Amino acid sequence: MIGLTSYLTLGAILFAISVAGIFLNRKNIVVLLMCIELMLLAANINFVAFSHYLNDLSGQVFVFFILTVAAAEAAIGLAILVTLFRSRQTIDVEDLDTLKG
Amino acid sequence: MDSMMENIYLGIPLASLFGAIIAGFFGAQIGRKGAHGVTILGVGISFILSLVALNHHVFNGAAAYNDSVYIWMVSDNIRFEVGFLIDNLTVMMMSVVTGVSLMVHIYTIGYMADDLHNWPKESLAGTNSYQRFFSYISLFTFSMLMLVMSNNFLQLFFGWEAVGLVSYLLIGFWSVRPTAVYANLKAFLVNRVGDFGFILGIAAVVMYTGSLDYYDVFAKAEVLSSQTMSIFSGTEWSVISVICILLFVGAMGKSAQIPLHVWLPDSMEGPTPISALIHAATMVTAGIFMVARMSPMYEWSDAALSLIVVIGALTAFLMGLIGIVQNDIKRVVAYSTLSQLGYMTVALGVSAYSAAVFHLMTHAFFKALLFLAAGSVIIAMHHEQDMRKMGGLKKYLPITYWTSLVGSLALIGFPGFSGFFSKDAIIEAVHHSTIPGHEFAYMAVLSGVFITAFYSFRMFFLVFHGEERMDKHTREHLHEPGWVVKGPLIALAIPSVFIGGFTIGDMLFGDYFGSAVYIADNHTGLAEVGKHFHGAWAFVEHSFAGPAIYLAALGVFSAWFIYMKQPEIADNMKNRFSIIYKLLDNKYYFDDFNSAVFGAGSRNLGDRLWKVGDMMFIDGLLVNGSARLVGWFAGVTRRLQTGMLYHYAFAMIIGVLMLFAIGLVI
Amino acid sequence: MTITDFLFFAFAGVVIASALGVVTSRNPVHSALFLVLTFFSCSAIWLMLEAEFLAITLVLVYVGAVMVLFLFVVMMLDINVAKMREGFVSYLPVGIVFALLMLAVMVYVVGPVGPDVMGTAALDNAVRQAADYSNTEALGEVLYTEYVLAFEIAAVILLVAIVAAITLTLRRRPTTKYQTPGKQIKVKRDDRLKIIKSDAEVLK
Repeated sequence: MIGLTSYLTLGAILFAISVAGIFLNRKNIVVLLMCIELMLLAANINFVAFSHYLNDLSGQVFVFFILTVAAAEAAIGLAILVTLFRSRQTIDVEDLDTLKG
Repeated sequence: MDSMMENIYLGIPLASLFGAIIAGFFGAQIGRKGAHGVTILGVGISFILSLVALNHHVFNGAAAYNDSVYIWMVSDNIRFEVGFLIDNLTVMMMSVVTGVSLMVHIYTIGYMADDLHNWPKESLAGTNSYQRFFSYISLFTFSMLMLVMSNNFLQLFFGWEAVGLVSYLLIGFWSVRPTAVYANLKAFLVNRVGDFGFILGIAAVVMYTGSLDYYDVFAKAEVLSSQTMSIFSGTEWSVISVICILLFVGAMGKSAQIPLHVWLPDSMEGPTPISALIHAATMVTAGIFMVARMSPMYEWSDAALSLIVVIGALTAFLMGLIGIVQNDIKRVVAYSTLSQLGYMTVALGVSAYSAAVFHLMTHAFFKALLFLAAGSVIIAMHHEQDMRKMGGLKKYLPITYWTSLVGSLALIGFPGFSGFFSKDAIIEAVHHSTIPGHEFAYMAVLSGVFITAFYSFRMFFLVFHGEERMDKHTREHLHEPGWVVKGPLIALAIPSVFIGGFTIGDMLFGDYFGSAVYIADNHTGLAEVGKHFHGAWAFVEHSFAGPAIYLAALGVFSAWFIYMKQPEIADNMKNRFSIIYKLLDNKYYFDDFNSAVFGAGSRNLGDRLWKVGDMMFIDGLLVNGSARLVGWFAGVTRRLQTGMLYHYAFAMIIGVLMLFAIGLVI
Repeated sequence: MTITDFLFFAFAGVVIASALGVVTSRNPVHSALFLVLTFFSCSAIWLMLEAEFLAITLVLVYVGAVMVLFLFVVMMLDINVAKMREGFVSYLPVGIVFALLMLAVMVYVVGPVGPDVMGTAALDNAVRQAADYSNTEALGEVLYTEYVLAFEIAAVILLVAIVAAITLTLRRRPTTKYQTPGKQIKVKRDDRLKIIKSDAEVLK
């Protein structure tokens, strides 16, 4: 009943929710970063599922590295956010348009 | 013997060239006497050597000499070389050219003596203009000699272009006069139109025969006559007709046939010696000479010959009519030249090549004589050229008067003078020919006899007889110019009288031209005349049976009656036939047509190409337009850079979606 | 429906519900906490997939470090919560549309097409490991031999992240004294020493 497809579907649903989150949360960069974490989580679920069903450990190894990179990226992203907040006093995404062409 | 003749042949053009170079480059150093001395020496040597060659070929009966002097290059089996073809036709032309040139050189000493008065003080071209002139006329002699002595089309073209160039330089010799500049530009441009056809003809020759050498091409002429080419798709043209017609277009330009005749009257802007040399005796006859030389080719194309006949007839008739209404003494002689060139062309068209060349020779003498005499009158009248201000000059300029009379009688074809023999030979040949168009041509040349007589003696009476219409100051200074002017006049008058009768038998009906001229069996015009020819005197007697002599007499009588007895008739006729008078006065509106259609047309085209093609299209649309396009595009794509983070995220997500879709489809 | 199926559906439901909570919460602190719940449930799912080490790592590293960091930052920033919710509703349709589109594509790949094109049908019966199977040991065996380069690179990435984070947010206290070797070397004698000529004085 529960097979590979179910896990993959779960990952898909999670990914879709995070995409919706990116669209909806224009006011809050922190939630944006959290949605990115959700996306990575969805990908991780896929990898682990495939690793289990294909009986190949390389999927899990890859998840290991994804976790590493995700952590690093979250740290740097938040550091940027902090610096941004210090200079602009806002985390509203709509106010960050100085790169407008 | 042969190598001596070779050196003589080489010496003929090179002597003139040498004179031209010395007078041209070192004119300032050698002064006037040096310049005229060295050039007369050069042309004199050319003349004497030409007579030696004439003696060698005509009187000693040597065979035609055809050899190459210098091979320039050989490319794709086509030889580009400098070579000489000396046969009876060539030596005749050479003698005429160098002889008339020598007379003109001597005459110029007197004519250009006070040339400095014609230039403003600070003019650069005015310094040493005397030496420059002598250099140019020697250079012309060299070019014309290269033209007539050549044995291949390339050298012919070289000579052709060179005489055109020197003609340009000489017509515009007084370059400070705007009319002279317009005239020389006109001459060069109209010649260019003719040369365009000429070079197309040469290209066709090379294309179909693979050679530029005359004898090679002549040998293949019969083969070419059965070939056809298609110029516009669907229409087949005979190759030989195309070649001959294109070459004749070149002759039309050079020998001033309708419609490319417009340059010759304006070329009278140049000094009178060159009108005599170039536009009467030599350059304008280059076209006639060329067709006569190419007779082995023209005989195979009846279409080309018919065209030649029609155009020559039109020129002979229509140009003569204009001569009747001209008031400038040189213009009358110019239109007379045009008309006589028409006669020569008609003769070529009826395959009477020897008659055409014979008329060329006699015409060279008496027309040069008439020009030089006109020049003498002009010098005496202090450069006044309007005949309405002359009159009664007989007692002031006796030698000019008598030589002018000789020239005019020769021109109208008075029995016994040289012009009579050549003109009547042509008229008879046209009468007996069978080529399409010969009836029209016969009418034209016969009417031309009356017209020629009329305008010649109109000019003669207006200038030398009647009441003296010049102002007092000029009359007091009237005197005949010196012997440098009178000598050449007399020297040219002698052949004008005698050369016709002595040479007609051999040249026309004997074997003079031999292999130089080839006449096909079905073109019997001249041969028919030959059947009735029993010697020069018999020819004179026979002519009294034909209409030509009476027409000429009628013309002289009419001129005498109108201009000497009842001058009011002239004015009456001008008023009653004012439309015809206007037509003739405006030269059939050829000039107006050319400047309105070709001149204005070219200017409009240039204007259109500039304003629309260049400024609007290339600059505006392509160059600036592409810049504007890039700018516009950048302006549009710039809106993608909103600076808003979520727009970028949005774009990324859409991109991912599209990748999914593509991945799914593929 | 076996117990594993039931557990899967339970945990999957929690994951999805808390993910929705992350996205739709007004308060960012709430969003962070919801995210923590998501990670926990996900970890449970991974345990079911016999990836024990990763499940624990997810909790320890992700929840324990990254989410804590998130909460630190959220609480540190003085956010105007009321302003946060503006404009949420107007963007809702667009967001839902795209999300559903993406979901449709992905499910299409996994579902109807999947068993034939991707051969996923054959994989539904997975191999279950033995009872004394140690996921950690198995991972360790592979990680330090085959994937050692990737491992080292991951370490470098973490180092870079540390350095970057510090560099970006470092504020210097004006009163701290520290040395700058670069400037120390560039000093010239004339910057420090000034020689003044003066006449000799005789001391009385």
